Amino acid sequence: MTLHGSEIRPQDAPGPAGTGTGNGNGAAAELPADLQDERLIASHGLSGAVSAFTARLRSGDLGSVPVVVGLIIIWAVFQIANSSFLSSRNLVNLTLQTTSVGVIAIGIVLVLLLGEIDLSVGSVSGLSAAVLGVTFVNQGWPLVLSLLAGVALGLVIGLFYGALYTRFGVPSFVITLAGLLGFLGLQLLVLGKEGSLNLPFDSALVGFATRSFLSPALAYGLVAAVVAVYVLTRLRGRAARAAAGLSAAPTSMIAIKGAALAVVLLIPVIILNGDRGVSSMFLLFVGLVVATDLAVRRTRWGRSVVAVGGNVEAARRAGINVRMIYLSVFAACSTFAAVGGLLAAARLVAVNQSSGGADVNLNAIAAAVIGGTSLFGGRGSVYSALLGALVIMSISNGLALLSLDSSVRYMVTAGVLLIAVTIDSLSRRSRQAHGRA
Amino acid sequence: MTVTPAPAGTRTVLALRGISKRFGAVQALKNIELDVRAGEVLALVGDNGAGKSTLVKTIAGVYTADDGTMEFDGQDVRVGSPAEAQQLGIATVFQDLALCDNLDVVANLYLGRELRKGRALDEVEMERSSWALLRQLSAKIPSVRIPVASLSGGQRQTVAIARSLLGDPKVVMLDEPTAALGVAQTAEVLNLVERLRERGLAVILISHNMADVMAVADRVAVLRLGRNNGVFVVSDTKTQDIIAAITGATDNAVSERAARRTREDGTAS
Repeated sequence: MTLHGSEIRPQDAPGPAGTGTGNGNGAAAELPADLQDERLIASHGLSGAVSAFTARLRSGDLGSVPVVVGLIIIWAVFQIANSSFLSSRNLVNLTLQTTSVGVIAIGIVLVLLLGEIDLSVGSVSGLSAAVLGVTFVNQGWPLVLSLLAGVALGLVIGLFYGALYTRFGVPSFVITLAGLLGFLGLQLLVLGKEGSLNLPFDSALVGFATRSFLSPALAYGLVAAVVAVYVLTRLRGRAARAAAGLSAAPTSMIAIKGAALAVVLLIPVIILNGDRGVSSMFLLFVGLVVATDLAVRRTRWGRSVVAVGGNVEAARRAGINVRMIYLSVFAACSTFAAVGGLLAAARLVAVNQSSGGADVNLNAIAAAVIGGTSLFGGRGSVYSALLGALVIMSISNGLALLSLDSSVRYMVTAGVLLIAVTIDSLSRRSRQAHGRA
Repeated sequence: MTVTPAPAGTRTVLALRGISKRFGAVQALKNIELDVRAGEVLALVGDNGAGKSTLVKTIAGVYTADDGTMEFDGQDVRVGSPAEAQQLGIATVFQDLALCDNLDVVANLYLGRELRKGRALDEVEMERSSWALLRQLSAKIPSVRIPVASLSGGQRQTVAIARSLLGDPKVVMLDEPTAALGVAQTAEVLNLVERLRERGLAVILISHNMADVMAVADRVAVLRLGRNNGVFVVSDTKTQDIIAAITGATDNAVSERAARRTREDGTAS
């Protein structure tokens, strides 16, 4: 990496170092503003993009590559073990199973970006499901009101965590460990003696979670729209960069990326349409991932979250309202947990004492970490919730197909999680060695 | 001790009156008085533990003073947080630079005051004006889209100083900006400091390097053990007077006489 190595700049004629308004413009003036430094390794066109990508991988900036590779391996293994694993029918099931854990994992990604943790997402999801069940089934509230109550509960819990953290500086690990126990207790209390409630099968919520699928035409239309929006925004961004005198990606690159996106979206849609189709609930999940990802990467709030995760003190001195960021992220995490709990209840058509219990908690956290979000804060992508949840649920789904019981599932999931965390730690070390920490 | 007459036509931007700060049993600052004028470089010097950094952090709103008042533009102000200081127009480059290693140069420059187009960040405009700013400062940053972690010490310093200028401040505080820099980069930073003065900014420069201080500062304020220990006009002061004030050689009459004699000897020979 000669990108940043030495301080010596042999070609940099000292010139009038004192007067100094823009020496270094001269010969390189025809180049875009961001490519004028002679120490930059020129990378042009497609081959340049490929070599930049491999250089990034080598330096330990792995992004979502390990989880994609892992997912391919896992799917290949299960497909060999049981040929119905990659069938349309099973993959539709997989999308349905992934949704609730995935939605909870979105919140976990946000908390991890700050370098914090929320261990209580399972309990919070169970509690919001219990509130939904009791208010909707027992009290006869309108569905919308019950759903809002569940979501609002998550929001309030998150604000409570955030307040504890920012006011008293209690470590999030301990706060949410207390929440894990406390809200499990509250869930049992809310559910009362019978401890189990069945949601009416013909309610809109259950219909949405179990019977609502996009028509093939709609699904294909959506893919076309997404690709079109992607290419158009890329082209507009390119025009804006060119207008500002900055380097812009070649149109061929945009075309290739657009085509790749189309393929990546079309193949699953074609396969899913072979059975019931793309589930509305899964679409909601993907929509939440995309929206949250845009919020993290493209808004001031998201930039602040990543900055706080990288260096709290620097963020504070830059004038970022750090308390507000912690508060909003804890609130968002618990809210996503509540929404995940509602979706899980809707899919199971029931709420009971084990809603949100067992492995929901750790599955969601494992999904975020397996997806490539660093436990050390400041690094990660919301898409890791999607990829990680797919990995976790693929394992669970595949082992169920092979009629292996949960003993094996737990151990395999643990192994994958361990591998993911080890990769995270190793790549972090490598990034530091390559100056990308 | 030289008391400086206010140069005609300059305006006091920032005035500290009796600022005190204690940490537990340690009196870090005691009755500090300081006037900072527009278009002037005020060097703040003192030994380790003299309270320079504490004073800077108090002005910047990181610490709150236990006692004393602060006037900004003739108005009594209370600075409760770094954000408030920034809003007033006090920009600070801390010794530890306070950069986020995981963010790129553009993100660090605009941290806390990102440009937006609608609700979204305006990355293109931020990158364009980052380049414009860095060129203005003749800064040599190879790419503004690499994480700050991969920059050298001098480049990081440049990024930190450039960042302090974005908010259009009236007072810029630089905490040992040349401490980790090579010869050429030190010169660049000093040029930069002069450029800030030309713009009519008030610059507070903290440095251990007397050569830098004498080269660029208009006045030098000395802190010793948390107290004022004299303000000198650079144009008619010698380095050893300032060093004497820093080390405390002028604390008593005897050493003061001795110092005066060596000074007279120096001028005679």
